[in-house]
Amino acid sequence: MRFKGSDTYVATDDLMLAVNAAITLQRPLLIKGEPGTGKTKLAEEVATALGLPLLEWHVKSTTKAQQGLYEYDAVSRLRDSQLGDPRVQDIANYIVRGMLWQAFTADAPVVLLIDEVDKADIEFPNDLLRELDRMEFFVYETRELVRAKHRPIVFITSNNEKELPDAFLRRCFFHYIRFPDKDTMERIVDVHFPGIKKMLLREALEVFFEVREVPGLKKKPSTSELLDWLKLLLAEDISIEALRSKDRKTIVPPLHGALLKNEQDVHLFERLVFMARHNR
Amino acid sequence: MLAGFFLKLKDAKLPVSIKEYLTLIEGMQKHVISPSIDDFYYLARTTLVKDESNFDKFDRAFGEFFKGVEAVAGAELDVPLEWLLKQAELNLSPEDKARIEALGGWEKLMETLKKRMEEQKERHQGGSKWIGTAGTSPFGAYGYNPEGVRIGQDKSRNRRAVKVWDQREYRNLDDSVELGIRNIKVALRRLRKFARDGAPEELDLDTTIDKTARNAGYLDLHMRPERHNAVKVLLFLDIGGSMDDHIKLCEELFSAAKTEFKHLEYFYFHNCLYDFVWKDNRRRHAERIRTWDIMHKYGHDYKLIFVGDATMSPYEILHPGGSIEYANDEAGAVWMQRMLNVYHKAVWLNPEPEEIWTYRQSIGIVRELMGGRMHPTTIQGLERAMRYLSQGSR
Repeated sequence: MRFKGSDTYVATDDLMLAVNAAITLQRPLLIKGEPGTGKTKLAEEVATALGLPLLEWHVKSTTKAQQGLYEYDAVSRLRDSQLGDPRVQDIANYIVRGMLWQAFTADAPVVLLIDEVDKADIEFPNDLLRELDRMEFFVYETRELVRAKHRPIVFITSNNEKELPDAFLRRCFFHYIRFPDKDTMERIVDVHFPGIKKMLLREALEVFFEVREVPGLKKKPSTSELLDWLKLLLAEDISIEALRSKDRKTIVPPLHGALLKNEQDVHLFERLVFMARHNR
Repeated sequence: MLAGFFLKLKDAKLPVSIKEYLTLIEGMQKHVISPSIDDFYYLARTTLVKDESNFDKFDRAFGEFFKGVEAVAGAELDVPLEWLLKQAELNLSPEDKARIEALGGWEKLMETLKKRMEEQKERHQGGSKWIGTAGTSPFGAYGYNPEGVRIGQDKSRNRRAVKVWDQREYRNLDDSVELGIRNIKVALRRLRKFARDGAPEELDLDTTIDKTARNAGYLDLHMRPERHNAVKVLLFLDIGGSMDDHIKLCEELFSAAKTEFKHLEYFYFHNCLYDFVWKDNRRRHAERIRTWDIMHKYGHDYKLIFVGDATMSPYEILHPGGSIEYANDEAGAVWMQRMLNVYHKAVWLNPEPEEIWTYRQSIGIVRELMGGRMHPTTIQGLERAMRYLSQGSR
């Protein structure tokens, strides 16, 4: 199994190598990077490219590691016992399998995505050490050991809101998705909008990278914002000329609201443009 | 040979472990990569380095260790030099060219440039990204970037010519150098401690249900203390004057801090703390807040953070009437001491690099007033400050 990028996802060489190393050596791959650089998308694309099912575990601030393994549905059991349901005798009827359990017991290898691991409690990664390392865990209620039939391909994404513990990091491979350069960006856009006119794309990319360079922006526009913006440009049928005015610095690019998401940023940007126009 | 590489990384203070090293070797053994140094670099990075703030250290160590290895391999040689020439030529005026001749021609210039870049790496910690833009140095004029090799940003057909690790693209993620919003947030998180204190006041529904079920249906109530963020902070930001260089850094710290605490009050001061502070810098003369009022209003369990370069003339701190804003009746030192008497947990964050502190008398004075608790605004400095602030209650 080797991942070579896909029709809908452009992977750089180093990213492909990291993914393949993680697949071959059966280690989880931890992905970090600026928001909007396609961290979550990667797992989906790898699953599609390799033809494997994808299991997604979206982590929230209230998520506990145990929920990924299994949960004991005590409430149902309590209710059933009040109603005299015979199922109540067997505790196994009330064990709800989590994502990791499903991934471990699947008949074929699967891709498992643990999304935004940094959102959870600080102890969350520590509670998953053995599970990710040995790919097995023990169910206390039924006294059974769940062991992976096939080690799943695990992707973990993080937005860096919390530092992850060293012990956890040592068990993972790590890749930082860098912001794409112009060439990679052209390839990415090409994948998403195959018909886009070459000229329009080049002009738009130039405007985009210029906006990114504006000092003092709180949130720089990222790949996903660029794609949204292009979609808008195409939908509105904006002409190339509108993008290509001689003094790009003195004109607010059309539909810039798609690139800048922060009110302060939009304000700052417009002010800079007006200042530039004034100084001319 | 790889053991030497591993030890080299250890020497470079990278947190690598033997387990990871074995994984790397396993990867080589299983032919994860083709036998090229580029691929090896990526594999080594993905297995050994787990934090992008360490990428730069890794790049440097890797570059040092494999210097020469590649030359033997014979691939991809000496392109960067030609490249530099080409790039520089594009931007040169005839006068510049003449001056370069005067300096001894290209060869010499490139050599000097290389040396200069090396120096710059050493000395330029924490500074901005660019070598001087309009200086008299011959290099400034071309707008070279200290990493040097990054020049061809949009010429990526040449990219493979430059060794990836020599580009040092992750330089600004290194934690001892730069402080961005993202970095600082990580450090400020240290401050956030969820203290579950006080009497139990909240029904713990999950535990209650769980215990009841386990209790075969007999109701077993459980309570728990309410969860709240116990950290309260007063933030004082130095603004104006010698601080202008640092306003940006300050603002980043400030905007990061704002989302971090429930109780966060910020105030501005200029150079040193006197009897007034203000909340809106544009209306500083109209809307002042008396420092006394702050001390009366906010309890002593607030933690105090000053951000300022503490660079001024000593009499601004030590003498009444020393303020450059207005005539103050009492010296800045008196006010500082008053604040510190009320708030026991206090630190001063100084954006100036730590090395120059000893050369400025006023920094020494403020540091003494703070009882030595002055820290630079690098991640490491912040960590020290935050650790101090979150220790015990007194």
